[in-house]
Amino acid sequence: MSRYEIWIAFVTIVTREVRRFLRIWPQTIIPPVVTMALFFLIFGSVIGSRIGSMQGLPYSQFVAPGLIMLSVITNSYGNVVSSFYGSKFQRNIEELMVSPTPNIIILTGYIVGGMARGLLVGLIVSLVSLFFTDLSIFSPMIALAIILLTSIMFSAAGFLNAIYADSFDDISVIPNFVLTPLIYLGGVFYSTGLLSEFWANVSLINPILYMVNTFRFGFSGVTDIDIFWAFTMVTLFTVVLFMVSLKLLRDSPRLRS
Amino acid sequence: MKEEKGSALILCELSKLYENGFQALSGINLEVESGDFFALLGPNGAGKSTIIGIICSLIRKTSGIVGIFGYDTDVNFSSAKKLIGIVPQEFNFNQFEKPIDILVTQAGYYGITRSVALKRAKKYLSLLGLWEKRGVSSRMLSGGMKRRLMIARALIHNPRLLILDEPTAGVDIELRRSMWGFLQDINEAGTTIILTTHYLEEAENLCRNVAIIDHGRIVQNTSVKSLVRQLQVQTFTVDLKDKLSFVPSVRGYPIRKVDDHVIEVDVLSHQTINSLIVGLSDQSIEVVSMSTKTNRLEELFLKIIEKNMENKI
Repeated sequence: MSRYEIWIAFVTIVTREVRRFLRIWPQTIIPPVVTMALFFLIFGSVIGSRIGSMQGLPYSQFVAPGLIMLSVITNSYGNVVSSFYGSKFQRNIEELMVSPTPNIIILTGYIVGGMARGLLVGLIVSLVSLFFTDLSIFSPMIALAIILLTSIMFSAAGFLNAIYADSFDDISVIPNFVLTPLIYLGGVFYSTGLLSEFWANVSLINPILYMVNTFRFGFSGVTDIDIFWAFTMVTLFTVVLFMVSLKLLRDSPRLRS
Repeated sequence: MKEEKGSALILCELSKLYENGFQALSGINLEVESGDFFALLGPNGAGKSTIIGIICSLIRKTSGIVGIFGYDTDVNFSSAKKLIGIVPQEFNFNQFEKPIDILVTQAGYYGITRSVALKRAKKYLSLLGLWEKRGVSSRMLSGGMKRRLMIARALIHNPRLLILDEPTAGVDIELRRSMWGFLQDINEAGTTIILTTHYLEEAENLCRNVAIIDHGRIVQNTSVKSLVRQLQVQTFTVDLKDKLSFVPSVRGYPIRKVDDHVIEVDVLSHQTINSLIVGLSDQSIEVVSMSTKTNRLEELFLKIIEKNMENKI
């Protein structure tokens, strides 16, 4: 394929992915926004006002970046895992596999589709948060870089999950039993400074802690962890997940017997 | 291999051993000329779909070479894929999308712009009688329409080789005939066609050449005409005007009574129908109609498969 043809194939995949989640917006866009609005209402306004400050920030301001990050993570992951597994289930993934579209373009197309949904939901949640708190930006570049890297990473993770999934149960196990605990224990709602030294150290093996703190740093300039180390770790995870997904797309017997 | 010249398909010592130990293909050698209308026949589990899966990269070969118009798929699969259109046995499109979107998206995977894709989609959906249905959800289409949609999708990038895996399975006779006409038209326009089928009449009517595969090996590879010439005996079912009071006898033609108005007659390849009719007329038996008892190719197909089984035993 020429570069122009490859570009058309890439745009086709991304367009199809975006069209898919926009077509079913009551399932893909509205629920996460409603959920996050409730979080803001409860933790920001109702309970947050009694909690006081966290890391020197009003609790609603402390919790807002984490909730935005939470919605980006779950929606990036959820979009790719459900779309790719759905294509496997209906076997229309074969349309792509018999075509000359290179594997790296297939993977990148799905990841960009996941990013589109994650970032769109993240943007709407950010706008909703303005009804409940004041969001100031400390470093827009850091906030933007970490949110982009995070959505790439979790889109790739969703792709990996979809390749291994043999049933619809398999695409809900990781989000329910791995992703959700990691997110909730990843410093979205609290500072690790509140934990005992042991549990604070245990928290350091949770990659989501680094993403949430870096994103929060982009808004408020406060963080529990080293920002450089956070970027290094997230970039490393992203590259590894991308390369493993690419290899499986080429070699996995779950796609080609 | 030279590129985009020569044979449409070359399979050289193609083998497939599945992870569960099942040897699906054992050293398949096959060549399909450009412009041919080729049938791949075989019983269930013979290896037909495995061959198709390997050609279109859905199944990985264990060993051997696959060449598409001179492109070795191990070296330049991308160029080879652009020349192939696949119509699988099972429906494999997104049932929630509209036919027009399915076609335009598929074209995009081949690097075709939306404006060109829309023109081609209109052409093929119209030719296959689906243009009026272009905007409905695909799950609302009938089985025959879904099958035609997959043919339109396979043609959207103008492939030079169209491979159809049981294209008329479960399709009614009228639609089957119209699909045959459509396939003959695109073959005459220059597209090489390979089809697998259980309807041997389909192979006899459409195809010029045929390969019979059994237990992962090619057991016959010849023209349909020479295959039919191998038939030694055909059985005819003869409908008679009057009720039979006896089993007629015509010298050289073994006759069996089926019921009071129907007989079956075995006719050897060197014998004529005229002699049979004359022989029956001499006994005051009037023939209303006659037909071959089974499809001619079917008889031969079963004999070849049986012979292959005997050789193995």
